[in-house]
Amino acid sequence: MSEGFWGSEWFRLILGLVIVLAFSQLNALFLVWLERKVSGHIQLRPGPMEVGPHGLLQTIADGVKLIGKELILPLQADKKLFFLAPVLVFTPVLVGFLVLPFGPGLVIHDMNVGVLLVFAFSTITVLAILTGGWASNNKYALLGAVRSVAQNVAYEIPLLLAVMSVVLMVHSLSFSQIVESQKTVWFIFIQPLAALIYLIAATAETNRAPFDIPEAESELVAGFHTEYSGMGFGLFFLAEYTNMFIVCAVATSLFLGGWNGLFGISLGIPGVCWFLLKTYFLIFVIMWVRWTFPRVRFDQLMNFSWKVMIPLSLANLVITAIVVKII
Amino acid sequence: MDTSGLNFILQAAFWVTVALTIAGASIAVFPRNILYNVLGLALALTGIAGFYLYLGSLFVAMMQLLIYVGAICIAIVFAIMLSRPLHIEVPPRPARKVWMGILASVVFFIGAVGVALKTKWQVAAGHVYEASKWSVQSIGDALLTRYELVFEVISLVLLVAIIGAVITAGFSRRLSS
Repeated sequence: MSEGFWGSEWFRLILGLVIVLAFSQLNALFLVWLERKVSGHIQLRPGPMEVGPHGLLQTIADGVKLIGKELILPLQADKKLFFLAPVLVFTPVLVGFLVLPFGPGLVIHDMNVGVLLVFAFSTITVLAILTGGWASNNKYALLGAVRSVAQNVAYEIPLLLAVMSVVLMVHSLSFSQIVESQKTVWFIFIQPLAALIYLIAATAETNRAPFDIPEAESELVAGFHTEYSGMGFGLFFLAEYTNMFIVCAVATSLFLGGWNGLFGISLGIPGVCWFLLKTYFLIFVIMWVRWTFPRVRFDQLMNFSWKVMIPLSLANLVITAIVVKII
Repeated sequence: MDTSGLNFILQAAFWVTVALTIAGASIAVFPRNILYNVLGLALALTGIAGFYLYLGSLFVAMMQLLIYVGAICIAIVFAIMLSRPLHIEVPPRPARKVWMGILASVVFFIGAVGVALKTKWQVAAGHVYEASKWSVQSIGDALLTRYELVFEVISLVLLVAIIGAVITAGFSRRLSS
């Protein structure tokens, strides 16, 4: 730590941010391709095949096309907020990467309140969606934004309650310590209900089907980003896929043992590989769900959160607290 | 390691945070567009989270962000959704409301400045970031021992708010049906 700039925490932060920026783009490119492949195979068709081997370069071609497109500003839109929204939607995503533990010691900045940091910043996404939807001055966009706010408020509560039951067991808000304490048994075996609630709420938080009512294409054209073209739309898209990676990585650290192997058996596979393997498996599950289940109706969505998920997660938290105190 | 550069960065960050907070607060008050007001409020509250960070408590800063930006601002957005459509011309502010608002904020301002002047400020020894005094554990301890009464009074206020919300919603529903 004492060899000047190159060994300092600042250098670590800057290097980390550069890697994160590069990784989030590559990850989003890969996930978009994966999404199209998964949907293709689920619908008994091959998906993109033309560009590159098995269509692997298709998203790069699409990305280049998006960059080349004109940014269209609607006539009646609020110019400042319209361009602020795509920038705002990407900041919480970058902050989330700061504390994710990819492997033992392989974290950009290990904080003792890492779990809080991810969820505190994830709320900014809602504000960004609201800003974008409202600034577009378009009925569909505004409706999508309003739905997004209602949905995120409803699903943030069970999400945090499910996370809190894990935090109660570890007595720590640091990701590294939470992963460390799952060395032998993953928390999904001790807290299956919390894990399930987390996964459902996280799907809703990232606006993925079956909870994609903020952008329901058959009702709202494209929801909150209806008016965005070119990279304005591209940034929303990028943020959605990077967000998906973050919620799955958080789920991996909280419930699937992070960099630890199953029951302490690592099979000689390095921790980073375990971590990425589990994260991408969860992402695959979320995609699988999207192409399998139909979209829920708005009242079903609200009722399910307020009447089922919140009471269940509260009960889970209370029982966890009692058990932790007794044992 | 030379710390003067770091100190300069910290000072600059502090004043940028001050500027952001004041800018956010004025956006929250002056424009007549209610969505600008909410976003300004969010900016001001984020700036305050920055102050907590500067004071050495990451935990309080994160809670500030989670509760005030994440919950309070979103709750205000809910209130906006239930209010008049945004494209309708807003009526001029009634003078009585403006004066009452000014009165309330002047009283609060005098109180806050009075407390700030009366307190004997001590310069924190050592680096600000090493203040582990405000960790999660010590805040929890203080809340349930020294500030127990304040804690309970706040929960009472929340209880009153919940009962009020239930009664208001119940009455209006009965009236409309």
